[in-house]
Amino acid sequence: MSLFYAFLAIIKRDLLLAVRRRTEIANPLLFFILVITLFPLGIGAQPHLLQAIAPGIIWVSALLAAMLSLDSLFRSDFDDGSLEQILLSPYPTSILVLAKIIAHWLVTGLPLLIVAPLLAVFLGMPTQSLGVLLLTLLLGTPVLSLIGAIGVALTVGLRRGGMILSLLVLPLYVPVLIFAGNAVEMAGSGLPVDAQINILISMLCLSLVLAPWPTAAALKMSVN
Amino acid sequence: MFLIPNAVVRFFHRMASPPHFYAFTDKVMPWLIIIFVLLTGFGLYGGLYLAPADYQQGDSYRIIYIHVPSAWMSLFIYMVMAISGAIGLVWRIKLAEIVAISSAPIGASFTFIALFTGSLWGKPMWGTWWVWDARLTSELILLFLYLGVIGLYGAIDDKRVASKAVAILALVGVVNIPIIHYSVEWWNTLHQGPTVTKMDKPSIHISMLIPLLLMALSFKFYYLIALIQRIRIELLQRERNAQWVKTKVLEQN
Repeated sequence: MSLFYAFLAIIKRDLLLAVRRRTEIANPLLFFILVITLFPLGIGAQPHLLQAIAPGIIWVSALLAAMLSLDSLFRSDFDDGSLEQILLSPYPTSILVLAKIIAHWLVTGLPLLIVAPLLAVFLGMPTQSLGVLLLTLLLGTPVLSLIGAIGVALTVGLRRGGMILSLLVLPLYVPVLIFAGNAVEMAGSGLPVDAQINILISMLCLSLVLAPWPTAAALKMSVN
Repeated sequence: MFLIPNAVVRFFHRMASPPHFYAFTDKVMPWLIIIFVLLTGFGLYGGLYLAPADYQQGDSYRIIYIHVPSAWMSLFIYMVMAISGAIGLVWRIKLAEIVAISSAPIGASFTFIALFTGSLWGKPMWGTWWVWDARLTSELILLFLYLGVIGLYGAIDDKRVASKAVAILALVGVVNIPIIHYSVEWWNTLHQGPTVTKMDKPSIHISMLIPLLLMALSFKFYYLIALIQRIRIELLQRERNAQWVKTKVLEQN
């Protein structure tokens, strides 16, 4: 079995597991929708105000949903010992970890993209910024999964890792939030957003190449 | 290694061993304290008494003698932490791991002091305690990074494993610090630009600059003193079963 097959096998296994346990897909999605409905209730339902802060609300909620779903990335594998099997396999851990992150993003990140247009309509966002919102989510949520994986790998061995995880991961999410939120806001006023999109693409490329390394190192440390 | 003189290499090898380090710091500590007290004395005298008042800000600008050095230290200590963490990861040197984790609380305190004095300065000058400006925000995120390091170290029971985890986190933070810095800079800026590190000619008068540099140096020595104290305590705790600790304790009694 070559490395490529091992890579695909892990993605296939994780997707199959996710389909069997559907709550794992539904939970972050429901959380995303619920948080966004809380904002109009909390700050009052003035359409202008909501329209002005819609990009920020959608992105902050997406960020929190991504963070909440992180724990499921390695948790069950750590508990039943399959994580050790992955580490013991002859293939480079960083590549196999990348497969796990991709599968996790397909299960928790991609559904956010599907409901985002609906929520944008909820908040009365201008239609011309809808495409940019989807593009930023498409580029930004994989970065959140990749960076988050480092944090989960560091805390997966801990009994109460939840609070620590948010402290580790949220500061590192700041650049994604700034550029993505800014791009959606600019698009709403009809300005060009090429610069922000390019920066998001470069962040995606950087984290795609760099993030699996510390994740693999941290997993080796946690499983020990 | 052939570029480094043999004596230096031997010195570092000896320092990496806990008992030697402990004995060495016993001897060095009084000198460090003397230098620190002298530097702080001259720096504060120069800054608070000799330097003229600013023509716009009056005497309230004098807070820079604390604010700017601690902001420099907050970044410097993060780099020290990350580099010694990396050394600990690669060569498994116990002392490097301890330097990394002992730096974190000191760095966090300097970051907090920089934020606190900055907000004291901002109230009379900008008319507000806090603005979401690039420098302030990235310094605040730096504080969170420090707190994350401290929290992670506290959460893992096995301290050797915890040191490794902290080193990985600090290194990831190093990659992110420039990204965070520039992202918030493009996002929003009010804080003044650099005045001292301009390459051609500093736009600060020499009578104000010298006390500032003295204070920066004295903060470096303070860091060294605080770091050595923390390392000594951490060493005694980790090596409490070793023979040299036992003889040390018996000597003291």
